[in-house]
Amino acid sequence: MDTTVTSGEEEKVWDGGNRPLGASYGKLMMWFFLVSDALTFSGFLASYGFSRFKFIETWPIADEVFTHVPFFHGNFPMYYVAFMTFILIMSSVTMVLAVDAGHRMQKTKVVWYMFLTIIGGAIFVGSQAWEWATFIKGDYGALETKGGRILQFVNADTGERAALADFAKTIPEDRVNHERKNGVWYYEGESLPSFSMNEVVAGFSANPNILIRTETINEEGEKTLLTREASLKKIKDATLVVEGANLVRNEYGSRLFADFFFFITGFHGFHVFSGVLINIVIFFNVILGTYERRGHYEMVEKVGLYWHFVDLVWVFVFTFFYLV
Amino acid sequence: MAHEHKLEIFRGLWKFKSNTQKIWGVLAFLTAVTAVEVALGILKPAILVNTDILGMKLLNWIFIILTLVKAYYIAWDFMHLRDEKSALRRAIVWTPIFLVLYLIFILLFEADYIYNIYKDGYVAWEF
Repeated sequence: MDTTVTSGEEEKVWDGGNRPLGASYGKLMMWFFLVSDALTFSGFLASYGFSRFKFIETWPIADEVFTHVPFFHGNFPMYYVAFMTFILIMSSVTMVLAVDAGHRMQKTKVVWYMFLTIIGGAIFVGSQAWEWATFIKGDYGALETKGGRILQFVNADTGERAALADFAKTIPEDRVNHERKNGVWYYEGESLPSFSMNEVVAGFSANPNILIRTETINEEGEKTLLTREASLKKIKDATLVVEGANLVRNEYGSRLFADFFFFITGFHGFHVFSGVLINIVIFFNVILGTYERRGHYEMVEKVGLYWHFVDLVWVFVFTFFYLV
Repeated sequence: MAHEHKLEIFRGLWKFKSNTQKIWGVLAFLTAVTAVEVALGILKPAILVNTDILGMKLLNWIFIILTLVKAYYIAWDFMHLRDEKSALRRAIVWTPIFLVLYLIFILLFEADYIYNIYKDGYVAWEF
């Protein structure tokens, strides 16, 4: 109310429409959000670093965990994640091109570039889902000891990892999965792994060429391989058969590794997913001509900032999860 | 603001005729850096793995530096911070850098301390 009485110049200042730092209100607020979101991600990655430095001698080696490429068999560390990184950078490029075309008010070009960006984002989210599914399923299987350490198996002749199915015996025994309806407190038992503890131990004793690999990283930066005698002694500590990964235990090593993997890539994937949804909304707005009528395509620029930020975060996740 | 773009990267070493060309140039650079990272990650050259600088492998330092280089070009050219006023740019960039460096310093030192406690303590962890 007061502003209506004061001079015209002050009225302009308080009436809104100012652009401090040469950026509009919406863009400034997007930057506020991105900076705070960057701090959230930094918190996650720093706590990952914390846990890793805490267990620096036993942390899983990422190259040995993420070795799969869809439709191909064999050992391809990192190739698929590199492909995902490239897809995301590529969709960032089409996004900048959309923003650039928006500045020049070329509606058709904006539509096409937005479309390509959405496709890129969808491929990335799909790849991440596949990565999760592969990680959860696991590949070789392992044993867990009383102290919660993971024991993996190696074929002494080839030096390659040995899967439980390669050596475990099939013993006719009664394995009952505890179901919810039989429990006093209505808890379900954990699902049964493909082999029981007895079958793995019997198979291990019968195959002298199978050795145990512990979590400890030796001087050469590889996991420690036990001798046959030490392996036979070590297997007595085992209590559980572990296949794949969940939030409580995983066959790859330190439990925290899987927890952080799910949490950080999940949080990032959620960002990409919501980014795709926002992009779709903007995409239809462009088609409907909303920004043409508004006279500028700044909304495309704002959603673009968010999209590039998602790419920026992935660059860091890629380094700290897969490379370092 | 929106229509003026600074069309050179690498401190003027690489100049572009239009904004579109600059975008493709930056893409080429980012792809090259990623390719180098992946190649180093697969080959793991012995010299880089066995040299330790400040408690970390030289290879890991290279990865981190290359990551920061990529982050710089994504923020400067894709998020066009290069074209914003320097006050806005500094507020956006230095606030997280300051806070994150502080956080990393505290957490990694604490983690190393806990690692030593586990290692030298009288409680067994490997069983």
